[in-house]
Amino acid sequence: MSKSRDVLTGEHFLNGDEASAEGAIAAGCRFFAGYPITPATEIAERMAKRLPAVSGVYIQMEDEIASMAAVLGASWGGTKSMTATSGPGFSLMMENIGLGMMMETPCVVVNIMRGGPSTGLPTLVGQGDVMQARWGSHGDYGVIALTPSSPQEAFDMTIEAFGLSEKYRLPVIVLSDELIGHMYERVVIPEKKFLPRIRRRKPRKAPGEHLPFQGGEDLVPPMACAGEGYRLHVTGLTHDEMGYPVITASAQERLVRRLCDKIRRHAGDIIRIEEEATEDAEVIVVAYGCASRTARESVHMARREGMRAGLLRLLTVWPFPDGRIRELAARGVKGFVVPEVNYGQIAGEVERCAAGRDVLMVGLMGGAVHTPDLILEAIKEMV
Amino acid sequence: MRYKLVDPEPFRLGEFKQKIDETHGIHPDDRYLKPGRIPHIWCPGCGLGIVLSAFIKGMDSMEVAIDNCAVVSGIGCTGRVAGYLNMDTYHTTHGRAIPFATGLKLAKPEMEVVVFSGDGDLFAIGGNHLIHAARRNMDLTVICVNNFNYGMTGGQAGPTTHIAAKTVTTPYGNCEYPFNLTHLAYASGAVYVARWTSFHARYLIESVKKCFAKKGFKFIEVLTPCPTGYGRPNRLGSGLDQMKVYRDNSEIRNDINPMEAESGLNGPIIVGEFVDREKPTFFERYTEGVLAKASAG
Ligand SMILES: Cc1ncc(C[n+]2csc(CCOP(=O)(O)OP(=O)(O)O)c2C)c(N)n1
Ligand code: SF4
Repeated sequence: MSKSRDVLTGEHFLNGDEASAEGAIAAGCRFFAGYPITPATEIAERMAKRLPAVSGVYIQMEDEIASMAAVLGASWGGTKSMTATSGPGFSLMMENIGLGMMMETPCVVVNIMRGGPSTGLPTLVGQGDVMQARWGSHGDYGVIALTPSSPQEAFDMTIEAFGLSEKYRLPVIVLSDELIGHMYERVVIPEKKFLPRIRRRKPRKAPGEHLPFQGGEDLVPPMACAGEGYRLHVTGLTHDEMGYPVITASAQERLVRRLCDKIRRHAGDIIRIEEEATEDAEVIVVAYGCASRTARESVHMARREGMRAGLLRLLTVWPFPDGRIRELAARGVKGFVVPEVNYGQIAGEVERCAAGRDVLMVGLMGGAVHTPDLILEAIKEMV
Repeated sequence: MRYKLVDPEPFRLGEFKQKIDETHGIHPDDRYLKPGRIPHIWCPGCGLGIVLSAFIKGMDSMEVAIDNCAVVSGIGCTGRVAGYLNMDTYHTTHGRAIPFATGLKLAKPEMEVVVFSGDGDLFAIGGNHLIHAARRNMDLTVICVNNFNYGMTGGQAGPTTHIAAKTVTTPYGNCEYPFNLTHLAYASGAVYVARWTSFHARYLIESVKKCFAKKGFKFIEVLTPCPTGYGRPNRLGSGLDQMKVYRDNSEIRNDINPMEAESGLNGPIIVGEFVDREKPTFFERYTEGVLAKASAG
């Protein structure tokens, strides 16, 4: 393995954390700031070794608050940047994730979920940060969160997360979990020329003419970085299209609505789901991340026993695929089985769209994933 | 769900441009000030304006290219400095200017990155970042405006408030010991440490110039009056009265150990250029010690 290549084309045996790090580097990430935390540490370790070899910067900060701030600063310096953490660190990052939303700063935050709350289960799996990923920082803003369910997807989705963050100008969250992070599997890294490398759009107007926070048709303003002559003011305060602080209801209305709408309006472009055997299914299992691996097996078992079960796997939990759940509900499915390693964070979203159809939450509080039998039982209960 | 939303007033570019035409270009410093941002929000008698213009003068006399300089601020009255300067400016979260600046500097090593913030921002909520950036010898200039209280939020006590001083949250007098900021910066590894007051504008300009010429973690503390937050409860009078105190009570002692640099409420105020030493910066060490090895391996 040549150390100075950024894209390690070929077949590898990697865990999800290492695959995320490789995905980031392949996407052009050249700055990583983080703080050690299980089960995300392997991302930092891989970055510490690999980034310098591709002339990037790895820095271990004094905490996750600083890590997130540094990632935003590096992004404004024109470098694709990333951090990785788990529950306690994710909590500490929240204020600056909000700053990233307000400053419309492209970057990627990987959260390898473990059991919470608090220190919880440092070494064991959880999926309890789904709502925190959605609403964790104060105020309203649009969010994108991707949920890989294998090391291969950890690689692919980290690349995708960079693309989405550059395109829509916001911190994008890769919401993985301990099981995926620590699981070793085959990861195929394609040739560099087949990988997308999406860069933030640059302003076409000259400094002085460019309105740095005016959305345009797609609601995403082009981005001028530090040292490019635009002399921007970039603030976490509510600001007008010039970027200047304006503490009024109308400036807030324009800005915050755009921050939400730039994601809402493009939900169709962002949302990714995968369906298996849903065409004729009367019970739909909705799952993501670690739980979706077992869910698939349970659906196969149910089919073998003659039950019409199908799997809807969320590759993005945010934005949530309201439309597809509504369609399935309208089609007259009996209901939805939602296994997750928490107490119903996505199940609640499914119920919101299920138009009164039955929703059966199969919950585990963390530390273990579902057995196929547990989800199968739930399917049986519903048919 | 259906939505019923109001139509906000649009951004009026014409009005904005008119404001710039009417207000910008009159003052000699306007080259360094963002068009349409003045008047500022600071109180009459506040020391912040003096510090801002000293910074501009220092930058100007060093002929620092405006587009090669970024200013990062935290939150507070001092945190508003970034918003007035006509360069790349970032107004971040409370206490986090230094780590934001760290990321920016590492992505743009050729740029001058300056952090401007208050004592509460840099030493209470952001204290951990300051000592670690100093320890790493991150190539940043940090200008800390110390008004001994939290100005922006209405004059509460902070980590610099003098013992026995009155503030809205220490109505019986402050019972906590304050930090000596210069000592802390020095002990944490800063390569340049100076303290001035807003009375010492000329010295301050010289310190700013030195910082632009020097690599590594540079720290300037500027004691300033906050007549609104600190002056009133402690009966310190107007901003001008405070300036007189700075004139009468200050003693310049260069090259002393910052540990000895007092700054009492009524007692002597020791100012000067305390530390000026050489040490490779984080980025130099990273380039030689890490990047070089990684690319050779
Ligand atoms: C996380 C957080 N906590 C509290 C505040 C409220 N706040 C705004 S400015 C400030 C204090 C500023 O004091 P200082 O840094 O000394 O600056 P000054 O206003 O005196 O210049 C505080 C506590 C905040 N903005 N964010
Ligand atoms: S409150 Fe104090 S620091 Fe803030 S602007 Fe007024 S005088 Fe200056």
